[in-house]
Amino acid sequence: MPILQPLGRTFLAFLAAAGRIMMFTSVALSHCVRPPVYPRLIGRQMIEIGYYSLPVVGLTAIFTGMVLALQSYTGFARFSAESAIPNVVIVSITRELGPVLAGLMVAGRIGAAMAAEIGTMRVTEQIDALDTLATNPFKYLVAPRLIAGLTMLPILVLVADVIGVFGGYVVSIFKLGFNPSIYMQNTIDFMEAQDVISGLVKAAVFGFIVTLMGCYHGYHSRGGAQGVGTATTNAVVSASILILCFNYFITELFFAR
Amino acid sequence: MNAPVGQPAKIAIRGLCKAFGDNVVLDGLDLDVQEGDSLVVIGGSGTGKSVLLKCIIGLLHPEAGSIKIDGQEVVGLSGQALDEVRRKFGMLFQNAALFDSLPVWRNVAFGLIEGRGMNYKEAKAIAMEKLANVGLGPEVAVLWPAELSGGMRKRVGLARAIATEPDIIFFDEPTTGLDPIMGDVIDNLIVSCVDKLGATALSITHDMDSARRISNRIALLYHGKIIWDGPTEAIDRSNNAYVEQFIHGHAEGPIQVEPQASPA
Repeated sequence: MPILQPLGRTFLAFLAAAGRIMMFTSVALSHCVRPPVYPRLIGRQMIEIGYYSLPVVGLTAIFTGMVLALQSYTGFARFSAESAIPNVVIVSITRELGPVLAGLMVAGRIGAAMAAEIGTMRVTEQIDALDTLATNPFKYLVAPRLIAGLTMLPILVLVADVIGVFGGYVVSIFKLGFNPSIYMQNTIDFMEAQDVISGLVKAAVFGFIVTLMGCYHGYHSRGGAQGVGTATTNAVVSASILILCFNYFITELFFAR
Repeated sequence: MNAPVGQPAKIAIRGLCKAFGDNVVLDGLDLDVQEGDSLVVIGGSGTGKSVLLKCIIGLLHPEAGSIKIDGQEVVGLSGQALDEVRRKFGMLFQNAALFDSLPVWRNVAFGLIEGRGMNYKEAKAIAMEKLANVGLGPEVAVLWPAELSGGMRKRVGLARAIATEPDIIFFDEPTTGLDPIMGDVIDNLIVSCVDKLGATALSITHDMDSARRISNRIALLYHGKIIWDGPTEAIDRSNNAYVEQFIHGHAEGPIQVEPQASPA
């Protein structure tokens, strides 16, 4: 069956890739929890992922919050339900837009950089050199990045939540003519711990996915500059798709009744 | 093979096989390196010299065969046990493979700090000493690898390889990409460093001038096997058609130059 052959081949290749990623993940995780740890390297990655992503994530969050208020206003004004805007903003930002948009921005910024850096180390034999110097590349390169991604993304998302809600506030007050104190009161009333926590859990998972994909594709890159380019693209694309996919399942886990 | 009686070879390889898919690279290779020897494996491009080295240091896993270092089997080792064996090794990579993210002295001290847990101050002092051994002053120690020329990178790579005072040092094409004069300088440094440490050296190259300078034994790798092995002085009267063709660089002869994909 010549029609089914390519289908089967693609499916097998997909399964093989999934298996390789699982193996990579389990090895990487085992190195995250076993000594020695490299606090200095973890610190450097935390600064790279957390601190230097702040401007990008902050700008994304503020404009998202602003447009959210504006769009909901046009929609809700038809039903005279403008007062629901603080509610819409806080729920959408903390549950969905904060973690997903921050995750996607970090995938573009950090995932790509990691795949390129580790990929270049691979093709210039620096990873082999690590091995010959009796230093495990998983421990030295992968584990610090995973730990930093897992811990810094929730903090970034917390900041994004605050900035996003602030964006909605600014538009509502200065453009749509809301009363500041009532808007604030509504926002606080509608804010629920579970919404924020689910967002932070998502953030941790996304941070793990982004750094894992960056490390995995970089580690397995082959064949010079072109290989590193491919690895970088694959890291960003696969991280973005996995983020959207996991976003659905985590949401279902938290909120499906 | 001239194995002395009663003493096991430093590196003993038996029946080593490694293939990438259908491409058989090493096909039952046997090789002994005695303690204190400097053996150079010569062979054309794509004949599996690098694969041989990578199998010995455990970066590639052979399908069959045995590799013994000081009598200890290393094929199949992993994790801590493999790291333990690797502490006996130093390696100079073809393009030096310096870590871009660390300054020169940290590169040299890497094996001491990360591999052995030495403190920074002590490790830096040793790194400076090793850099001086390869003719580099303290002003180079604070530079970044990207700021170095090809010859300097090789020197730093050599300093890193000898920093932990290993028993066995591997050289992967030590003179490739260097001008003839710099090649000679690096060769001399290799000889003096290996002598000073009393280390065993295993190099791979296709540069015959370099091979003659740094070796006391030469082995020719062809079609996945060592087809000639002897003292460096004897290579010009080997009476082996393959060796003759290789050292004189003739296109005609028993060695067929075939287009072949280079693995890894």
